[in-house]
Amino acid sequence: MSQYVLRRLMIAIPSLLGISVVLFVVLALAPGDPFSELATNPNVPPEVQAALRAKFGLDDPIHLRYLHWLNAMLHGDWGFSFVSRMDVDTLILQRLPATLYVIGSAQILALLIAIPVGVYAATKPYSLFDQIANTLAFVGFSLPTFFTGILFILIFSVTLDWLPFVYTTDIKGTGIRWVLEMIRQAIMPVAVLGLFQAASMTRFVRSAMLDVIRLDYVTTARAKGLGQARVIVKHVMRNAMIPVVTLIALQMPAVFGGAIVTEQIFRIPGIGSLLISSILSNDTPVVMAVTFVFACLVVLFNLIADVLYGWLDPRISLR
Amino acid sequence: MLDKELRSMIGKVKDGRMDRRAFIKRLAAVGLTAPLANQILALGGVAMAEGASTYKPTKRGGGGALKLLWWQGPTLLNPHFATGTKDQDGSRLFYEPLACWDPDGNMKLVLASEIPSTQNGLLAADGKSVTWKLKPGVKWHDGKPFTADDVVFTWDYIRDPATAAVTVATYRDITVEKVDDLTVRLTFKKPTPFWADAFVGATGQILPKHLFAEYKGSKSREAPNNLAPVGTGPYKFLEFKPGDLIRGEINKDYHMPNRPYFDTLEMKGGGDAVSAARAVIQTGEYDFGWNIQVEDDVLLRLEKGGKGKTIYAVGGDTEFIALNFTDPNTEVDGERSSMKTKHPLFSDPAVRKAMSLLVDRDSIKKAIYGRAGRTTANFLNGPEKFVSKNTSWEFSVEKASKILDDAGWKPGADGIREKDGKKLKLLYQTAINGPRQKTQAIVKQACQKAGIDVELKSVVASVFFSSDVANPDTYAKFYADIEMFQIPMSQPDPAQHMRRYHSSNVATKENKWQGTNFPRYVNKEYDATIDAADGEMDPVKRAALYVKANDLLFQDTVFIPAQHRLKVEAASNTLRPVISGWANETDNLFDWYREE
Repeated sequence: MSQYVLRRLMIAIPSLLGISVVLFVVLALAPGDPFSELATNPNVPPEVQAALRAKFGLDDPIHLRYLHWLNAMLHGDWGFSFVSRMDVDTLILQRLPATLYVIGSAQILALLIAIPVGVYAATKPYSLFDQIANTLAFVGFSLPTFFTGILFILIFSVTLDWLPFVYTTDIKGTGIRWVLEMIRQAIMPVAVLGLFQAASMTRFVRSAMLDVIRLDYVTTARAKGLGQARVIVKHVMRNAMIPVVTLIALQMPAVFGGAIVTEQIFRIPGIGSLLISSILSNDTPVVMAVTFVFACLVVLFNLIADVLYGWLDPRISLR
Repeated sequence: MLDKELRSMIGKVKDGRMDRRAFIKRLAAVGLTAPLANQILALGGVAMAEGASTYKPTKRGGGGALKLLWWQGPTLLNPHFATGTKDQDGSRLFYEPLACWDPDGNMKLVLASEIPSTQNGLLAADGKSVTWKLKPGVKWHDGKPFTADDVVFTWDYIRDPATAAVTVATYRDITVEKVDDLTVRLTFKKPTPFWADAFVGATGQILPKHLFAEYKGSKSREAPNNLAPVGTGPYKFLEFKPGDLIRGEINKDYHMPNRPYFDTLEMKGGGDAVSAARAVIQTGEYDFGWNIQVEDDVLLRLEKGGKGKTIYAVGGDTEFIALNFTDPNTEVDGERSSMKTKHPLFSDPAVRKAMSLLVDRDSIKKAIYGRAGRTTANFLNGPEKFVSKNTSWEFSVEKASKILDDAGWKPGADGIREKDGKKLKLLYQTAINGPRQKTQAIVKQACQKAGIDVELKSVVASVFFSSDVANPDTYAKFYADIEMFQIPMSQPDPAQHMRRYHSSNVATKENKWQGTNFPRYVNKEYDATIDAADGEMDPVKRAALYVKANDLLFQDTVFIPAQHRLKVEAASNTLRPVISGWANETDNLFDWYREE
């Protein structure tokens, strides 16, 4: 087992290196530079922009810049943002709490809806409940978050005036008031993201359950006289969860990566909005760091999913 | 004639036979208004009047929270590293210059105690030096006194090329020296008619020497105070999260009486302009929204029964269509739009004239800019003193067609005009931005009616405005026949703005397209006019020279101004913000208050 994990980690190194090369080259080839806004300001002579490019090493050849970046990264130096001249790791850590809170809550909400609904729908396929759940799921994942987000704002903020639609990180008040405000401002983004995720996940859970529920050993379990609840939870669910675990594991990195569109709509200062604004301003060190961390997380969670299989289904052995 | 009249009027004001207000009124009648009328008086030997204040509160503080919404949040808080106005806006909450600009373009004192003029002896008659007196008793937020040393240090810090300050152009050619603890003298290399550039407005914010002295030059990025400003401003810094949030609180030791009004300050970043307008005008979650570039009918709809309104500030920003003087389709020595070529179609002045008749500025205003635009024939639209009254514009497909007919451009079988085998086909490029694409459509339609085929091209703004030498789509390379954008005018003086089109500044491969004259306009008369204006100390003659320069651009149809754009902001109904078209939004923040 530990040997397996070690081997997987060794394989991960070349793939992460490959990912970093691709990311770096794509970013270097992308047009524009972080100081382009200066060009439209008549007070700033073009030499200033040229001097800044030279100072930040943007005029060096790509391979030198890459090796420079890689060397710094290996020493734990993430570089600094061209736009805010602040260290990239501080910038990311500043954005992480909001993303973890909002996207994490949305994932939990999605699971809390998807698993019970999916399981119940699968036990009574084509019943009225199943039909309704299916229809809602289809509607849910057909509506993009930028649409539902704005719809929610129009209904709950503009018309009803119940919830704020600008997320603030410095809520006034302490104790219980602070907690309530934190919850209040997160309701809309969490609902938008959570319902969207829940919709597709419900479909997934349902079909995974249906695959298992027809198998002979389930019938055997029932024939032994076990109750419905016990059969479903102990015998069906545990086996049906294997593909679901994969899906969830692959979605975990997204919790760190943030949700670009939703964060933009509700002005959540998370990783997603950091990434998009860095991309728009060609802030290469930040984009590199965020995407690279994301790549690492995908590799890591893939490994975790594989390890979890072994625990869920002892027949799968990891060598 | 105007020259003589003005001189006698200045004399009258000096002797007290005419009051200042009457003088400004008389000037307004001939088209020169307050902002520069005041500078005229200053240079004519009469002290410049300080802009009047509309501030009403009679005590400091008590105004609660001020919530500002900047849909592009500031990403750093050192004004001299600002890559955009958003960063200057954020820095200006805490740092201050010696003086700033009020909504009419009048100078307003901040850290200085007197406006320099030849009368009070602070402004040299030859325009080669200016002396600033500093307010006594001003303290930095950490309690240290503010002195002339800080001003001199700020200059020294910026002009060091290793610091890589973006404001270096303002400071590298001047010398700043300390006369005494509360006096500094600025010396210019040549007569400088517009002396109010260094230490004034957003680019003039002064840094504390005791916190930045160690971080001058190549260590500039490491200064901890780049992210935690200690200034002299009305609000003290509390917290900064780049791109997201700035918080501040009242400065109880502020040097202006009864100011500031608000107890706390919050500047939130992120999102987009439409939802920012909504948060201010419709739901009232925020007090002020910055740069609300949103279609006018959307704003009108939000304003109905809303909690806020839009406010407008007039500056000198002109959205223009530039015509290429060189051929973008012929390559000479590996360079398109080379100075060795001539534009095949635009070398005929008739085609240029026809083009300017085909830009329907009224429709552009009605359909796109609404209250945020004004139609104009001029490239230079402010300050008023420099605005030409000799020009006019018209939209007429018939006249354009006639001009083209007379010049021998006849419609071919496909309806497109041609002459000597050259077809009237144009490539029209601009940055991607809603209003710009709509303007393109309006112009294209009119051109089609007149038998000119226009192909539209839109380039992502970050590419269009970049200086990337390898990219063919930048505005400076100008690989198109016409292109449209605007160059913001960030100070109430046209010198920098008009100097760009001097023939010595042509953008070429040789200077890596860093030349500012992107239309590749060459006119000896224009060059001579600009050169003369640069050293002209007589304000009246100088204004006349810039008017002439504008008229030359008009006659040669170098630019077709599509719209004179105003600044658009959103404010809650109770907030009384002071916004100048000649300065950053936060430049007059000390005068903001709320009125129920």
